[in-house]
Amino acid sequence: MSKTIISLQDVSFRYEEHLVLQDVSLTIHEQEFLGIVGPNGSGKSTLLKIILGLLTPQKGKVKVFGTSPAEARLRIGYVPQFATFDRNFPISVRETVLQGRLGKTRMIGGYRRSDRQIAQQALEEVELGEMANRPLTALSGGQLQRVLIARALACQPEILILDEPTAHIDPKIEEGVFDLLKRLNERLTVLVVSHDIGFITRYITRVACLNRTLVCHTTSEITGEMIEKLYGGPLRAVHHDTVLHSH
Amino acid sequence: MTTFLDAVFSQPFMQHALIGGLLASVACGVAGSYVVVRRIGYIAGGIAHAVLGGMGLAYFLGRSPVAGAIVAALVAALIIGWVSIRWKKQEDTTISALWAVGMAVGVLLIARTPGYNVDLMSYLFGNILMIPRSHLNLIFWLDIGIVLLVVLFFKQLLAVSFDEEFAELRQISVNFFSLLLLCLVALTVVILIQVVGLILVIALLALPAAIAGQYVHSLSRMMLVATLLGALFTTGGLSLSYHYDLPSGATTVLLTGLAYLASSVGGSLWRWWQVRRITPS
Repeated sequence: MSKTIISLQDVSFRYEEHLVLQDVSLTIHEQEFLGIVGPNGSGKSTLLKIILGLLTPQKGKVKVFGTSPAEARLRIGYVPQFATFDRNFPISVRETVLQGRLGKTRMIGGYRRSDRQIAQQALEEVELGEMANRPLTALSGGQLQRVLIARALACQPEILILDEPTAHIDPKIEEGVFDLLKRLNERLTVLVVSHDIGFITRYITRVACLNRTLVCHTTSEITGEMIEKLYGGPLRAVHHDTVLHSH
Repeated sequence: MTTFLDAVFSQPFMQHALIGGLLASVACGVAGSYVVVRRIGYIAGGIAHAVLGGMGLAYFLGRSPVAGAIVAALVAALIIGWVSIRWKKQEDTTISALWAVGMAVGVLLIARTPGYNVDLMSYLFGNILMIPRSHLNLIFWLDIGIVLLVVLFFKQLLAVSFDEEFAELRQISVNFFSLLLLCLVALTVVILIQVVGLILVIALLALPAAIAGQYVHSLSRMMLVATLLGALFTTGGLSLSYHYDLPSGATTVLLTGLAYLASSVGGSLWRWWQVRRITPS
């Protein structure tokens, strides 16, 4: 059995009266490509925020790299949803990616030369090496997504965590993003949160279905009934090479 | 009629006014860029108006009004910053309260101060022609402090302005740098009050940086361009007000506002033309 990177034990979280997560237990191992799927409002973002230490659950235990989430932060590369960004912010691609070096570079003054090299490597890894000097405003949705992944890679993380990486970009580019993640998974653990269950199952090794509570499956176990149960309604899912129709 | 340049060469008060405007544009460009990208114009407005409370209190106690302004601006910045960190939903109300209560306190204390009544209008609308040499020194040192802090912590301030959540995940103290940023804005407000008065401050804080943002795509260049524009507007405003015998603060702000309007309209036309040029017909 490979090393455990993240473990959650009976984690419950409520916002005031509203119970968002209930008794969620989850273990993520080194080198895994885990997908957490669930409908909107199922607690996916809350779960991520707990793993990142931005929220503390009222009940349960969370360990990341054997320590508290807040202490493990610098070992995580986080890719947020990009729909929330100010697309007109005056910043270049390079300056954005360099932010991944924060916490590892010096406190006072500018970035080091080594930080710039790491940022450039990260950009080349997502095939945007030529774009370093471009303003962020000039990028397409797919390119921006890659820049955010490069920023996470510049953290030199041991695990990459992505929140809805394919929301708001078209399916053709979406495929490219997952191919990239598959490649990165050769050296990194990857955790992806998505509401887009059909697409995700082609890439991941294990899927956790979340709707307040959590059920884990290997990808081959995903069935139409399960999706229907999770989403509470008929849904069309593309699963591996099989197409399931639920009527 | 003597020209503006003759006046600058012959009259010390005009030299002070010109230097004051040029010095103020440095803080205006640097802090103004943060105000624009963080969209905290309303916070800056609240701080500016709360400052009158501090000036009034200092005046009432027989202390220096500028010292009162600095203390009040920093206190207002920290209160707003703290409330927005702890009780985000109350931020708007807090700013409104500080805005109006600060002014009310200032007006009452100035009215109750025995002796000569201070010229309230010069606090509200500025009077750069009366700026004393000591204030020029103060503005100079405040500029140095603001620029130094921004140079030292540029990457943290940029990260916090761009993406707070990510900055926090990189173990940057988001609260500390947000408060630091508000303090820089507060000190800039005090500087700009000398030039255009507290009611008109917000125009000089936001508009030069907003114009710069229409043409450049990095924060450091935005600061540089906004500083140059600030220098242009304060000098132009002073020159126009001298020629036509108009209040300098209002003239400067009107010039700035017109430039913003022209740039916005002109910029849209320019982009439209660019798109048309590169799109094959």
